[in-house]
Amino acid sequence: MFRPKTRYVALPSPRVGVGEEIDRLTCPKCDTSLEPARLTAALGVCYRCGYHFRLRAPERIAMLVEPGSFREEDQNITATDALGFKDSQPYSKRIEQSRASTGVNEAVTWGEATLAGHPLVIVCLDFAFMGGSMGAATGEKITNGIERALHSRLPLLIISASGGARMQEGMLSLMQMAKTAAALGRLGAAGTPYISLLTDPTMGGVTASFASLADVILAEPGAMIGFAGARVIQQATYETLPEGFQTAEFLWQHGMIDLVVPRPELPTVLRQLLELYATNGVAKDFDLQPQANASAPAPAVRG
Amino acid sequence: MTDNGSIAAATWEQVELARHPDRPYALDYIHAIFGGPAALDHRTVMVIAQQKGRTTAERAMRNFGMANPEGYRKALRLIRQAERFQFPIIAFVDTSGAFPGAGAEERGIAWAIAENLVALAQARVPILTLVLGEGGSGGALGIGVGDRLLMMEHSIYSVAMPEACASILWRDIARKVEAAQALKLTAADLKRMGLADEIVPEPSGGAQNDYGMAADAAGAALRRHLATLEAVAVDRLLEDRYQRYRRIGATYSAERPARPAGSLTSGGGE
Repeated sequence: MFRPKTRYVALPSPRVGVGEEIDRLTCPKCDTSLEPARLTAALGVCYRCGYHFRLRAPERIAMLVEPGSFREEDQNITATDALGFKDSQPYSKRIEQSRASTGVNEAVTWGEATLAGHPLVIVCLDFAFMGGSMGAATGEKITNGIERALHSRLPLLIISASGGARMQEGMLSLMQMAKTAAALGRLGAAGTPYISLLTDPTMGGVTASFASLADVILAEPGAMIGFAGARVIQQATYETLPEGFQTAEFLWQHGMIDLVVPRPELPTVLRQLLELYATNGVAKDFDLQPQANASAPAPAVRG
Repeated sequence: MTDNGSIAAATWEQVELARHPDRPYALDYIHAIFGGPAALDHRTVMVIAQQKGRTTAERAMRNFGMANPEGYRKALRLIRQAERFQFPIIAFVDTSGAFPGAGAEERGIAWAIAENLVALAQARVPILTLVLGEGGSGGALGIGVGDRLLMMEHSIYSVAMPEACASILWRDIARKVEAAQALKLTAADLKRMGLADEIVPEPSGGAQNDYGMAADAAGAALRRHLATLEAVAVDRLLEDRYQRYRRIGATYSAERPARPAGSLTSGGGE
């Protein structure tokens, strides 16, 4: 939410993948005029300089999972204006506008899918919907996804893109940090693997809750990741921020994330991780076989 | 002045009281080792407290109550220790937020806060949180997850400080009074929303007028809630704590899907 204006690039992505025409795009990093078809073929990565454009949640999911395997949940959950919040316009109106312009009801999409033969729960934030901010409905959907992974013993992948907590829902937003973190605590205790992918941008209360609580934390190149925004830091401290401050690479250098993964390599890296983390999970499943049978179908059925 | 204007003014008054420089801070309520074990009646409790600092020197030393990652990691150490020794945890919240500095980012402030959220959610001891003055965003929540949330009468707790909110949503920090009203950040607001369990009464005009009376009221409320929680079996306590957060914002407003199911991915959906 505190990002410099210039980084809010026009998304090529709302239309990538659904076959509509888009105009030529200019890469915000290298200023090259890009051909939409080539950009789409390059998964929204600038074919001149490697700049990673932001993607919509549906495109993200389609890019990673086996075709036709995604079964979306909670599509009808949408934000409500519990506080009667009004800034320059009423929050209820902002919700309506966001729903109309994005075609989704909330800033997160989740469901079960199969990735390279591995069933998993995938939760994906959508920056196009109110900056991917986490309100009560967002937090509810994320927590539902985490709990599905817990009860179905499926690996969890959460892809973040968010300005942080949604201010228009006040404390109800802030408490979603505690809610998602508590659910992840249970998932971790159950020994179910959780992979977090941080994409541009991941900030504020999202970084300070579910996004950073994974077993493996991946990030896309150049993604801005942090807690306080650069503008807030400069206003508060008058500090000169180092080159590359809060980029994925910066965080990797400081030990906060495990791997910076270029977008085209994501499917391979995720497949490898799912295989590595699934190997020893077998023993755990064996111990808990009766409950697993009673509550959830075996993974083989799902695949 | 319109009704709306007077509500905004009253809300802003709460914000100013919550930040009053003479307001009692954590060390004025607790006469014990700061951020460590303390005696409460016949038991030991683990105190985790944020302190803004009274004098210029103390403010510099306390970083105005804005913790760096090290502060949250110290709190984590105390949480783990409280579990080992079975000390109930009492957290005193008084911060405008976690410290927004380059160093804090480099050393993983978000990671430190997130880890505390899980540790507090899972700690197998009763946890009471008391907001003394300002509860600022994730910086407050980083020590503020627990079984009960108590708030001093003139304290506030907000997703973002009104100034930050005004600067982001109105792009004008001068709109802070409106922002404060819109955020629903007073103790009374949180009680109405079901987020705060109890409002601890303050002396007339605010806690800064009588430290002793404020401390007595806070002590009485903490003792009462602690007695209740100590009678609950620990598994039940943890389940209740989980559900306490789980139910916040469970808004199943079954509205129409924005798009027909299945059109969301080129993969096709169901």
